[in-house]
Order: sequence, then C-alpha cells, then structure tokens
Amino acid sequence: MSRESSDSKPIAEVRVGPDLFHALCWVASALAVATLAWIIYEIVTSAWPAIQKFGFGFLGSSSWVPNREVFGVFPFIVGTVASSFIAILFAFPLGLAIAIFLSENFLPAPVRQVIRFVVEMLAAIPSVVFGLWGIFVVIPIIKIFGDWAVKNLGGVPIFSGPAYGNSMLTASVVLALMILPTVTAISRNALTAVPKTLREGAYALGATRWEAILGVILPTAAPGVVAATILALGRAMGETMAVAMLIGNSSRLSWSLLSPGGTLAGLLANQFGEAEGLQVNSLMYAALILVVITLFVNVLGELVLRYTQSQTAGIR
Amino acid sequence: MDNIVTHAPDFFSNSQAEATKAIARSLWNRVLTSVCVALSLLTLVPLVSIIYLVLKNGLPLLSWSVFTQLPPAAGMVGGGFGNAVIGTIVMVGIGLLMSGPLGILSAIYINEYAPASRLAQAVRIVAKLLTGIPSIICGVFAFAIVVSTTGRFSAFAGGVALAVLMLPTILLTSEQALMGVQSAFREASYGLGATKFQTIVRIVLPDALPAIMTGIMLAVARAAGETAPLIFTALFSQFWAKSLSEPTASLSVLIYNFSTVPFPHQIQMAWTASLVLVAFVTLANITAQLVFSKKH
Repeated sequence: MSRESSDSKPIAEVRVGPDLFHALCWVASALAVATLAWIIYEIVTSAWPAIQKFGFGFLGSSSWVPNREVFGVFPFIVGTVASSFIAILFAFPLGLAIAIFLSENFLPAPVRQVIRFVVEMLAAIPSVVFGLWGIFVVIPIIKIFGDWAVKNLGGVPIFSGPAYGNSMLTASVVLALMILPTVTAISRNALTAVPKTLREGAYALGATRWEAILGVILPTAAPGVVAATILALGRAMGETMAVAMLIGNSSRLSWSLLSPGGTLAGLLANQFGEAEGLQVNSLMYAALILVVITLFVNVLGELVLRYTQSQTAGIR
Repeated sequence: MDNIVTHAPDFFSNSQAEATKAIARSLWNRVLTSVCVALSLLTLVPLVSIIYLVLKNGLPLLSWSVFTQLPPAAGMVGGGFGNAVIGTIVMVGIGLLMSGPLGILSAIYINEYAPASRLAQAVRIVAKLLTGIPSIICGVFAFAIVVSTTGRFSAFAGGVALAVLMLPTILLTSEQALMGVQSAFREASYGLGATKFQTIVRIVLPDALPAIMTGIMLAVARAAGETAPLIFTALFSQFWAKSLSEPTASLSVLIYNFSTVPFPHQIQMAWTASLVLVAFVTLANITAQLVFSKKH
C-alpha cells in the first residue's frame, strides 16, 4: 500500500509536467507569431487619427509643420530611398570584392581570416558609435570634398552648392560601411555555394582565374548576390541613429547630395521624444510606412534568396 | 618533312599571336586580382580609424570614477556615466528576461514538438520578418503599448523594446542550436525508453546549451549597443534610477546626447562611453564565438 502511493505521485508529476511543458512551448510559439501582428496593430491604431485626417496625401505632401498640425512625409520617403540606394552604390562593389576575395584562395588563409574578422567587427560596432565617428571624421572630409565639387562640378545638379557637412552624401557613406557586412556575408555564402565541379570545369577548359570568376562563378551566384543587395537595402532603410546624427534632418527636398536631407527613421528618432497629440499619430503613420517599405524589401530579398537556393540545390 | 617546313612559319606566327593573347589574359588576371585585394584592404581604413579614435579620445577619461559618478551637467567638468551603465544593464536584463524564455521555448516547439506544423512554419517566417524590422520600430511599439498607456518614459518600456529586438535572434539561433543536436542522440534516448519530455530536457537541451548561449550573447551584444529603441522609451536621466517606472539613462543614448553638444568635455565623455560600449560588445561577440567553437 505504502509502496503504491509513493509510486503513484511521481507518475502523476511525470504526466502533468510534460503536458504543461508542451503547452508552454506552444503558447510561446503562438506569442512569437502574434508579436508581429501586435506590432502592426498597435502602430495602425495609434496612427489612425492621422490616417483619417491626411489619407494618402500624407505620402505626397512635403510640409511637416508640427505647430500648425500639417504633416507630410514625402521628403523623408525620398531621403530614405535615396540614402539607401547611394549606400548600396558604395557598398556593393566593396562587398562583392571582399566576398570574392574571401571565397577564393588569392592569399594565405590567415590574411583572409583577418579581413573576415574586420568585416565582422564592422557589424558589431554600435550604430551610435558610427554616428559619433561620422561627426568627427566623415563630415569634415565630405565638407572638403563638397567645397571642391561645388567649385569644379557645380553645374551637375547632384553637386550643386552650397556644400554642407551634414548631408545626404555623409549619411550614405557611413550607411555603406554599416551594410557592408550584410552584403559581404550573403554574397560570400552565394559564392561558396557554387558547385565545385563548375569551377573545375572552367579551369579544365583553360580559363584563367578571373575568366572563371566572371564567366562561370559570378553568373551562377548572381541571384544570391542580388538577394544580398536587396537585404542590405532593407537594413539601410531602417538604420536610424548614425543617419539621424549625420544627414542634417531637413524636410527640404534637394537634388544635391551635398545638402541636408531626412529619412523616416531619423524623423522618428528626432521627434518622438517631444511629440504631442496629432504629431504622435502622424509619427506613427510614418512608422507604418517605414514598416511596410522594409517588410516589402526584406520579403523580396528572402524570396530571391530562396529561389537561389532552389536553383543551385540540383547541381552538386 | 616538307609539310612541316612549309607550315613552320605559319605555326610560329600563330604561336606568337597566341603568346601575346596569353600575356594579355594573364595581365588582365593580375589587374583584377590587385583591384580585388585593394578594395578589400580599403575596408580596413575606416575600421582602423574608428578603433584608433575611440581609443585615442576615450582612454584619457577612462577611470574607475566614470563608472561610479553621474553625468556632468552642461558645461561642467568631471563626472561619469555610472547611471547609464546600470541603466543599460537593467534594460538589457529586462529584455532578456522576456525574450529569452519566449525564444527558447518556441524554438523547442518548432524543432522538437511539431517541426512541420503550420504554427512552426509561421514562427519561422515571423522570426525572419522580425529580424528585418528596423530597430526603431521596436521603440515605436514599446512607446505605443507602455509609454502611451502609463503616460511616462521608463526603464520598463526600454526593456520591452529591447525584448522585441532580441526575440528573433534568440529564437533563430536556438532553433539552429537544436537542429545541431544529432538525431542519433534522440533515437538512443527513445531507445532507452525515455519520453519525449525526458529526451528534450535531459539529452537535447544540455547538448544544445552552448550554442543557445552563443545566440543569447549575440542578442545581448546587439541590444546593448542599440540606441534607437531606447531614445523615446527610456529617454535619458541625469540621475540614478530609483525604480523601473521612471526615465532611465543608457550608454548609447548618452553617446547620442553628448555627441551633439558644444562642450568638449561632454564630447570626450561620449568617446569614453563609446570605448566602454565597443569593448563590451566586442568582448561579448568573442566570448560567443569561443563558446560556440568549443562545441564544434
């Protein structure tokens, strides 16, 4: 009798514990899925008054005047897209070169290890430190370049003066550094995933190393490199602090890269702390636009990445 | 014999053309290699510049007292950022307390209990999408659910924002960690008569723990360096925090605030705070990699 009762207790525990744990894991998963929906729900409900008042005109209007309660984010959307694309323009050749460099055996492995470490370090440095560095290093350099460019290339719209240190170009240069690790890592994965047989086939036909890279390896890895670029673009669009510290945060539209600009993320960072009333709703509307843009870009990147993987899965 | 002689000039001229072509090809090869190496080395310049400046401008003020004193008021000299260090630790701690269990438990569900279920697929997609959401949106979310409802900026709101930021990292790395456990271990455990729960708790989790810790370290390192989620949730404070429901300082927001003021001392303090932050983040990353490589 006593033996039975001492046995029955652990059995009961064993039965309840596992079921509880299973249920707990299910709840955690459901919560994780709900998070994204919750984020979007909260942003939409908080933005609702602004959405009702401004509608889609919010996207096309260029005036952001909090004390007259007039809000529009067109310059910030343009700034977000422009700064990210310019950053990609800088980061793409660099990132691709490093990815090729890391996936080929140009130099002994230790040297490649160092480069790899450097790129990973770049990814680890906080955004705000990039911003601080940008203020004291990149801004002066861009100012000097800007003065020179206005004097010599002033006729070109993108270099029309006056040149500012806090400018679109400054923000883009620092952004390029920040997304370099993303471009490099994903491109490198795409390059190393190119089947060995293709590379060997190219060499067997007498191709030099770069004929093999340009003629065979890069075309095979191209979708992966495109995915890397798209995902890096998504990162650049959401990047906040460094951009907010360097771009000048102006809502005035300008063709010149040397003038201040603004981005959606920078707008949020600058104004949320002191916003009241309709301004909060409008900022939430801006946040919603940012979420929609970045989600779209990221989904696109993921789809391209998946397509790549399914394409190269067959040849081994 | 005749044939060879008559064809000889033709043969030689051909080879000469081919030789110049080969030289051109190999030259082009060299040029591209140099360009590639040069571009790769070019990335060293900014990194070296950042690290050099952080050390050069940050070291002079670095002393024990910066960790124990409050930030200097505008234009004042001395002081430190003790409250910001504590604020960062507290808020990252809150974030980890919320996202850690959630992330690990859902990773267990999607890898051990129901890998092919709809819910598991949804979790994977959502986690991927969450990694792509800008960090400032985590702040916007925390602003909406905590700051708006309580009516005040607080360490708790900052913690919530960081939790959202950390969740996908912890979830996805934990899933990878669990996937890394050999299925032979699970089969052996079932073969010995263990239940699913026993297998997960006694066999799978202990084996995956180092890799899970790596994920947590990476998430902590990233969260500690983030400014955007905190800037309008925890805001900033010149004083020691007395509770979780008041504005709280953090290292990253201190750097942001001090980098734009016209006082040299404050700017130097921003560099010192950057040094502390970069040192911590680097250390956490290296530890994470060491913990990971120990297992593999």
